[in-house]
Amino acid sequence: MAVANTEHLLEVNNLKKYFPIKGGILRHTVGTVKAVDGVSFTVRRGETLGLVGESGCGKTTTGRTILRLEQATSGEVLFEDKDVLKASSRQMKALRRDMQIVFQDPYASLDPRITVGQSVAEGLVIHGIGTPKEREERVREVLAKVGLHASQINRFPHEFSGGQRQRIGIARALIMEPKLIVCDEPVSALDVSIQSQVLNLLRNLQREFGLTYLFIAHNLSVVEHISDRVGVMYLGKLVELASREDLFREPLHPYTKALISAIPNPDPTARRERIVLQGDVPSPINPPAGCRFHPRCWIARPICSEQDPEFAEKRKGHWAACHFAGEF
Amino acid sequence: MTTAPHRSTDPSQEILRVTGLKTHFFTDEGVVQAVDGIDIVLHRGETLGIVGESGSGKSVTSLSILRLVSRPGRVVAGTVFFDGVDLLTLNDEEMRTIRGNRISMIFQQPTTALNPVFRVGDQIIETLEIHQGLKGEEASGRCRELLAMVGLPDPNRRMKQYPHELSGGQCQRVMIAMALACNPELLIADEPTTALDVTIQAQILDLMRALREKINTSIILITHDMGVVAEMADSVAVMYAGQIVEYADVRSLFTDPKHPYTQGLLNSMPMLGHVRDELAVIPGTVPSLINPPSGCRFASRCSQRFEACDRDPAMLELAEGRRVRCWLYAEKR
Amino acid sequence: MTTTSTALPHDEADQRPSESQMAIVLRRFRKHKIAMISIGVLAFFLLLAILAPYIAPYPRDTPNLAGRTLPPFSVDRDGGFHLLGTDHLGRDYLTRLLYASRTSLGTAIFATVIASSIGIVLGMLAGYFGGWVDIAISRTLEVVASFPTLPILLILSSVAVQNINAIPIPGFLNAFMSWAFAVTERESRIIFMIIVVLALLGWTGTCRLMRGMVLSVRENVYIESSRALGASNIRIMARHVFPNALPPMIVDFTLSVNGFLVAESAISVLGFGIQDPTPTWGNMVNFAQSFMFQHPWMPLIPTMPILLCSMAVNYIGDGLRDALDPHQRA
Repeated sequence: MAVANTEHLLEVNNLKKYFPIKGGILRHTVGTVKAVDGVSFTVRRGETLGLVGESGCGKTTTGRTILRLEQATSGEVLFEDKDVLKASSRQMKALRRDMQIVFQDPYASLDPRITVGQSVAEGLVIHGIGTPKEREERVREVLAKVGLHASQINRFPHEFSGGQRQRIGIARALIMEPKLIVCDEPVSALDVSIQSQVLNLLRNLQREFGLTYLFIAHNLSVVEHISDRVGVMYLGKLVELASREDLFREPLHPYTKALISAIPNPDPTARRERIVLQGDVPSPINPPAGCRFHPRCWIARPICSEQDPEFAEKRKGHWAACHFAGEF
Repeated sequence: MTTAPHRSTDPSQEILRVTGLKTHFFTDEGVVQAVDGIDIVLHRGETLGIVGESGSGKSVTSLSILRLVSRPGRVVAGTVFFDGVDLLTLNDEEMRTIRGNRISMIFQQPTTALNPVFRVGDQIIETLEIHQGLKGEEASGRCRELLAMVGLPDPNRRMKQYPHELSGGQCQRVMIAMALACNPELLIADEPTTALDVTIQAQILDLMRALREKINTSIILITHDMGVVAEMADSVAVMYAGQIVEYADVRSLFTDPKHPYTQGLLNSMPMLGHVRDELAVIPGTVPSLINPPSGCRFASRCSQRFEACDRDPAMLELAEGRRVRCWLYAEKR
Repeated sequence: MTTTSTALPHDEADQRPSESQMAIVLRRFRKHKIAMISIGVLAFFLLLAILAPYIAPYPRDTPNLAGRTLPPFSVDRDGGFHLLGTDHLGRDYLTRLLYASRTSLGTAIFATVIASSIGIVLGMLAGYFGGWVDIAISRTLEVVASFPTLPILLILSSVAVQNINAIPIPGFLNAFMSWAFAVTERESRIIFMIIVVLALLGWTGTCRLMRGMVLSVRENVYIESSRALGASNIRIMARHVFPNALPPMIVDFTLSVNGFLVAESAISVLGFGIQDPTPTWGNMVNFAQSFMFQHPWMPLIPTMPILLCSMAVNYIGDGLRDALDPHQRA
């Protein structure tokens, strides 16, 4: 993809992450799980790119590999034109100030033995920013930004509800004044009424600080709500990428269409066409030949089982990997 | 508004009537009033959705009906009349003949609800042997029939497989097959699709709908997903902090929610195809059930709160099958 | 509609006192009655051990051949009262027992400190880094753990006792040991060697437990979260892994004290280990064996503290385990 790089904060090119499967007495490699298998996309400054897909599609691994929490097998991740995957450990530490992550499980992502204040301040301590007094000041500021009371600074994570903990997680990332935040299923562990609090918070923070989000989720309604552009993943590959409006109004890939139609509609009067996909998602150890979706696809033709469709721009700004994109 | 249930239910045929059910948990920290006065009426062939957030008491309600609440929890008050018999007065032996036979249950985690060391077929056959007294070829024949009914191709091979060889969706199909093995009159499904992916959820919901038509069982569907309720239920009970705050047929609930909590819940959900800039927010969090606030339990988070809310609101019947626990409607009457 | 985050619903300031996890654990521990009694029992013996030189009614080693194997509550020819009688050399049994509590408990505690330190450090490294570090440590551990402990202990301790200069001990360390155990430097050498032998064979359980804990703690998202903030391995280990892996190690520590107490008694009862004139509960039982039938109180009296302390430490371990169990946390 030829791009004008000033506009792009993050560029991911042909990213691959294979996990070896060890087996046998000698623990040698007996196979590989192709969790992410050649994913390319760009994230523009200040936008939210949503990444959706079902479990095992590689969306979370993609996010983690971009942040080098997982070592990529191959590919390129350019953050402001610097290759993250090739950065030395010192360069990486500097890059980490700009690239943050918010995790899914608010119960597991906070160390239960340190106070909220210490937890939020951790990034500042690691990077040697400010005096203890200044840090505490910053922590209070940031806690207020995420809607927590500064009096809660000395409390421990177990004293907070799921939604409050997720705000603490956001504060932890926010205090570094990052440019990019990877939100890995940030609301899927939360109750509906709490979910909207956190979604609104994320959006307000984005506006206030000009943040860029890579928003990973399995819930399409949530992704539609928060994203400017949306990418759909299936079995380690990106199958469709478009602006939110285009993707939801006029999906080109049959998987996207099925995914959208599968969502239960909270409106008992609405009766709409439903495409129920048959079968399960195949194993990423031995993905089907050709198009990976063809065994479950209702518009598949012989070519689909032979040739892997190219991820191409079918319409302006609307990419899809399908031989018969939009031909339903 | 006239109610238009999906299918014909016979109001004269009540299968389940729960009255004043209270289940409390006696913990070191205090008494958790997990379920605090629940009334439910379920007719034959009806699907009742119970929605609520975590900690609202919806799962404890279902466990209480089946008398599966374990220590330190205990049903402290109420009656559960199933087909004219109060389940709470039965002895353990009598209860066992009802559980898994006339009332069966599907759980959220299909992969852990099956015993990993036994073959799938043997687990279904065991149910058939215990409750229906089927033996040998008769039992395995019925087992094949059930597996085919829940849409698992090649039942002979499936019967010989172990749970870990099945995917989550397949496990849930097996659970449904087990639950339906004895043609139960009541099926309690506790978040049956929450652990599944959307495309698999769509399959399972389809299956449940088809089976419901076929065997006309009553269903209590417990879920936090308003979408699932809208698609599956005839009537809905919305639970909040251990109490039912609104009870309605599914259409009225979604088109004309009465309780501020229901309204807030519906407005705070991102809905596909209706992008809003800002989602409505229910501020605060669910109150502790150890010492729940006196008066209306939702009052501290309610935008329409007024003086009366300091007192406990009673369940008001607005119309036939339309009840709400809120002072706003008491004023209007 | 405002778009600043100040429009967010702020949580109300809440004024409940904050309670750390340690505070919760202590509160829960206090409810464990037997464990609380056990703490009292253990504290009693520790106090005796510490105060031994001050409260002992007689000199430790002065024999009195005229008043041997006197029963409890007897008065010797010189008019000296012996609350617990005298031993086979006529030394005051109570005095011996008081000093023995110092040796026995001290040996067990020192051995535990050394063994736990080795175990925790190696377990941490093996669990955290995995790979070759893990393989090297785990194989060593398996070799050590598969030694037949008691025979090895007996051989090593007898070598150590017969050749007290077998292990070079820095002077200051020996001086400290002799002060801590209130014994001569010659005696403290033997004690020290016994401690080292016990510790070198006794770290494997702790190491295995620590490795397992670190393996599970390491998988927590908050570890990853710190890494995403740029934290170094050392910081992650010290700040997050160690404190979270610690609770079961505290339980292990108490059980180790018990193990070493019993192990030291066992080798002493067999006549190896710490030698006369240094008293330990174990070697007091050993000497009393020959008089078991004529003077049954002689083996019985030093057995009681071994039994009581061992039970007490076990119950404290139990209480701690319950208090630390996350599944019981509401």
